[in-house]
Amino acid sequence: MSSFASEPALGASGLSSAPRRGRGSSMRTWRWSDRLIWLAAWTAGLLLCAVAAAIVLYMGYRGVQYLRPSLLFSHPQPSGNQAGSGGFLDPLLGTALLTFIGILLAAPLAICSALWIVEYGHGGRTRQALTRIVESSIEIVAGTPDILIAVFGVAIFQLHFLRFASEGSEGGGVTGRSFLAAGAMMSLIALPPLFVATRDGLQAVPTHMREAAFALGKTRIATIRRVLLPSVRPNIATGVTLGISRIIADTAIVLVLLGDELRLSPHPGGLPVLNVLRGAGSSLTSYVYDNSPAGEGGAPQKAYAAAVVLLLFVLLLNLAVEWIARHQARSSGSVAAGGFV
Amino acid sequence: MQRLRKPWSDHRAELLLGAVSLSTGLVVLFMIAFVAARAWPTFAHNGLGWLGPGGSLKVQVENMLATSTKPPASAYHVRAWPIVYGTLLITALAVLLALPLAVLSAVFIVELAPTALRRTMIRVVRLLASVPSVIWGLLGILVLVPFVGNHLVTASERTSLQNTVQLTGAGLAIAVVLLTLMITPIMVALTCDALATVPPAWREGAAALGVNRVRAIRAVTLRAVRPAIVAATVLATARALGEAIMISMVSGSVFFSPRPGDGVAFLFEPVRTLASTIVDFREGLGGAPALNSTLYAFALLLLFSVFVLSLAGYLVKLPLRKYQVRG
Repeated sequence: MSSFASEPALGASGLSSAPRRGRGSSMRTWRWSDRLIWLAAWTAGLLLCAVAAAIVLYMGYRGVQYLRPSLLFSHPQPSGNQAGSGGFLDPLLGTALLTFIGILLAAPLAICSALWIVEYGHGGRTRQALTRIVESSIEIVAGTPDILIAVFGVAIFQLHFLRFASEGSEGGGVTGRSFLAAGAMMSLIALPPLFVATRDGLQAVPTHMREAAFALGKTRIATIRRVLLPSVRPNIATGVTLGISRIIADTAIVLVLLGDELRLSPHPGGLPVLNVLRGAGSSLTSYVYDNSPAGEGGAPQKAYAAAVVLLLFVLLLNLAVEWIARHQARSSGSVAAGGFV
Repeated sequence: MQRLRKPWSDHRAELLLGAVSLSTGLVVLFMIAFVAARAWPTFAHNGLGWLGPGGSLKVQVENMLATSTKPPASAYHVRAWPIVYGTLLITALAVLLALPLAVLSAVFIVELAPTALRRTMIRVVRLLASVPSVIWGLLGILVLVPFVGNHLVTASERTSLQNTVQLTGAGLAIAVVLLTLMITPIMVALTCDALATVPPAWREGAAALGVNRVRAIRAVTLRAVRPAIVAATVLATARALGEAIMISMVSGSVFFSPRPGDGVAFLFEPVRTLASTIVDFREGLGGAPALNSTLYAFALLLLFSVFVLSLAGYLVKLPLRKYQVRG
């Protein structure tokens, strides 16, 4: 995790260092094995470009074919044929809700961890050991596949004392499936990129800024609030964007933890907003899965339409990360956040 | 209230931040403990034979579903080898294909591509890395599966296997190809980051000795980042092991172990992995106790493998620090 998220963005600097081709190094003098590798490298690079172009163009074509604005604003209907199966308003709302819960839980956790590790983590064996524990557990969470996080979520939210978070089933058991459960697990997906972006931002703040604040008599926590947090705001924004793109792309957690319901199905009774959180629903990803031949529904046109919307979101979030990084580099000249991926 | 209004003391702030931070550690501990506890009955009934071959997994799962709340000991009987084999097969093939593709593309991006193309390539890799797995799966099941089923699977292959398994096109080959494309961007990103930190002087030294660019890459640059390439491979392996959705969509979802003896048809035989089985039987989590426990056992095995791989990735990267090459 740290490895690819902690690096400065490629292309910013340091890459133009390959030796220029001079006279006498024309490819005609190369050995065959060298020429072969050169050719293979070009092929591999262009192959990746071709795959990406194929995906974007094909999905774009399907989008033009099947995506209608009305789909975005109509509820899904249980129906055998594709014409009558409605749109995906509820999955869209579900994705938004999950993103909201996930980021709401992940952001404080990630920012606090980053602050604690960078600003308080030095000095003393215990502190170093504790910070190492926190860093490596975040790295473990980053490496854990989403399906395992989902399974863990079921294990937690089926505990009896957490039954308030999801619907009960007939046998007196707890389903463990609800927006709260899925959103809580989504926060684990969003945590690592948020943490890494914030930590790298804090580490890039020059020490003299802290020292100046201390010299003015500010405490450490006041320095954090008045100096450090404002200056790492773009990094946090990058982290949040990366976290959002992780959450909206995730399928396994939704399938396992949200209960396969086409529409938002609020828990009967209770307060108007909280009962939605306790209820089941769907997201764009689970809608795509369920409408593909892999799920029960045979509505590939709807699946394509929803997948196009999903891909558009992902592309926009990618652009947003790039935009934030460029903006930050221009305004402060400091290291851009985010890393390669 | 009055106390909260006052500016925080450093000590209190530190305690608060530290307490919040350590909760992630707790989550990881809970994750291992809970999954292990739920998986325990399966291991208690099967012992180490759990991992071995024997019997039909399909029949065993049906047995588990047939027993409801109070399963007899016999219901726990399971031999998970078919899906463990499927997981190993798909992962190994995908990583083997992705490794050369990723290293060559990384070299292309950092060393060979013209500047404009390099920028495009970085965007392309980022895009490929962020395509959701459900979209890969959708393209697989709606585009690749019909194509393979209609054009690549021959009638003779179909008839020769018709008594054992139905060849629809969904199976090993498509899963491996898509998985390769999904893990390649991760490996490219990690390798690129490492390549970018190789000191320019090393390349210049090679150039001064009169070798051409490709030779310098082979002899100096790639050799310097070898640990990073291994680390990238290890992390990509972990990612491949855990991929559930895409494989559940395109691999046919049948308990079957592809047999290399079947020739080309081997590539088109359906397969299941640990992760995709959990997705396929997700309704069983919290349902019939025997199946529930078995699914948690699959998850525990995956969790364990992923932890080992993360640790290996960390250890492999250690030598890089010696050269102050970050990886």
